[in-house]
Amino acid sequence: MTLVLYRIDDRLIHGQVVVGWGQPLDIGFIVLVDDMVAASEWEQDLYRMGVPPEMEVYFHSATDAIAALPKYRADSRKGILLTGDIATMRRLVDGAAVNAVNVGGIHSRAGRIQRMRYVFLTPQEEQELRDLAARGATVTAQDVPGARPVSLDDLIAGAEP
Amino acid sequence: MSSPIVGTTESTPIVGPRAIVAGHGEFAAGLVSAVQQITGRGAQLIPVAVNKLSVQDIEDLLRTRMVEADVRVIFTDLQAGSCTMASRRILRGMDDAVLIAGANLPTLLDFVFAEGRTAPEAARHAAERGRAAISAHGAGA
Repeated sequence: MTLVLYRIDDRLIHGQVVVGWGQPLDIGFIVLVDDMVAASEWEQDLYRMGVPPEMEVYFHSATDAIAALPKYRADSRKGILLTGDIATMRRLVDGAAVNAVNVGGIHSRAGRIQRMRYVFLTPQEEQELRDLAARGATVTAQDVPGARPVSLDDLIAGAEP
Repeated sequence: MSSPIVGTTESTPIVGPRAIVAGHGEFAAGLVSAVQQITGRGAQLIPVAVNKLSVQDIEDLLRTRMVEADVRVIFTDLQAGSCTMASRRILRGMDDAVLIAGANLPTLLDFVFAEGRTAPEAARHAAERGRAAISAHGAGA
């Protein structure tokens, strides 16, 4: 199979990813792209403890991930790629031709404005999402598989179904 | 005059908070509500909801609640959950604390009755009770 979901989620590996998406899609591996996590064995162990034994987790910096993506796309299993922020996903869109991006969770923080129940954006982040779309990626917000995907325009307009 | 039959031999229940309960949605409030309804001892547990919060904010909130209430036990719902991840980070610098991930109602019921143990000891005992309390019935079980 291949990577079936490219997801921006500031919680990285958590229940929605492992159970909500992982079980119905029969996910065999997660590629976690985050410079800070890639540099910390302790953080990597923490995230490995959060997944079931049959699911593997691979850690990469953004730079390393671009080179490694062809291998994961050719994997016989289904996988999810995760980034914790929009800027990291943008590097993959630019460097590895990611053409569909799932906004799964960008949570409340100072300076962010709520757009959906699980998406809060600064004006800069809003522009970064528009930049992803301008580079040819289809950007939708969807926290779990059973939810309706929300278009970027509706997301920014705060038009949650 | 006859003596009352019920309630004469119990030790005095602990009434202050001894643990945090945290998880997805209304998991914590629901479980604590159930503990209160069954035992009247829900005040031992502090429910924490983390909807809309970032990972860092979850960690900060849980740490603040632990310090405010001076408790060293956290119960969470799911191994992969954000509250569990945040709790593991908190425990990294707190040697006397304990995290029980995958907690259920029987776990918490055992915990609130464990008056002779320290809270961390009670939590570990309760985890075993909670694990053993799951059973399957019917359909060939």
